[in-house]
Amino acid sequence: MASVVPVKEKKLMDVKLGELPSWILMRDFTPKGIAGAFQRGYYRYYNKYVNVKRGGVAGISMVLAAYVLFNYCRCYKELKHERLRKYH
Amino acid sequence: MNENLFTSFITPTMVGIPIVPLIIMFPSILFPSPSRLIDNRLVSIQQWLVRLTSKQMLSIHSHKGQTWALMLMSLILFIGSTNLLGLLPHSFTPTTQLSMNLGMAIPLWAGTVATGFRYKTKASLAHFLPQGTPSPLIPMLVIIETISLFIQPVALAVRLTANITAGHLLIHLIGGATLTLTSISTITAFITFTVLVLLTILEFAVALIQAYVFTLLVSLYLHDNT
Repeated sequence: MASVVPVKEKKLMDVKLGELPSWILMRDFTPKGIAGAFQRGYYRYYNKYVNVKRGGVAGISMVLAAYVLFNYCRCYKELKHERLRKYH
Repeated sequence: MNENLFTSFITPTMVGIPIVPLIIMFPSILFPSPSRLIDNRLVSIQQWLVRLTSKQMLSIHSHKGQTWALMLMSLILFIGSTNLLGLLPHSFTPTTQLSMNLGMAIPLWAGTVATGFRYKTKASLAHFLPQGTPSPLIPMLVIIETISLFIQPVALAVRLTANITAGHLLIHLIGGATLTLTSISTITAFITFTVLVLLTILEFAVALIQAYVFTLLVSLYLHDNT
């Protein structure tokens, strides 16, 4: 389905399902683009949870919980053998 | 059990790619740079801590030694945050690797010695001979002082490595013992659990103290040489 506004300028929530592959392909995959994506993501999280007037412990503890989860996924292969099962 | 005990110290790889640089750079995300006069709470707390520590640590130095302020403060922040993050479950602590600690200790120590030799050559050489030694003892004492000078970076690195590694190993061992003991005798398991709690508190303290000691000794070597 063709749309009035070109696919290039739409945000993700406005893109129709049929246009999704072309939207993904037109994203910027150069190193500068990827660095820009990480920077945008970092500032989005920082300004929502940390850089507020009355921030609490939630901002930084969510980051630490994600870090623990990431390390658990990294070690899962060795941890698999330590479960309390009869047959491993 | 033997193989499991040391697997937390191997180089972390994920789908075959070593991700050690990512893990070493992770603590830097937790220290945002201040942009305003009065920032959010996280940055304000960190600023207060840095001011407190820097005043205490740099008060003994002369003007020349205080040019090292940035280096010493970033050193204590890095070692402290890396050690504390290593206490989270399943995480990898870069400071348990001797290679990294030697990489931190040798350049810093060499920098202080080189500064001393460059600007105050006579005074730096005079450190090799303590005052008031009897004349027959002089050759032996110079040899001993030289050895003690060259052992300083090795001692710095090995002290940090051994302390953090030993702490992590103890936590693994006592945690494993507690789990195994729950099915055998609940009271012994409870006692072992109390030991585990106390040990964890100790490890928090050790993480911070080791950072402090490392930085303090570097600053002491600097003070001798400026």
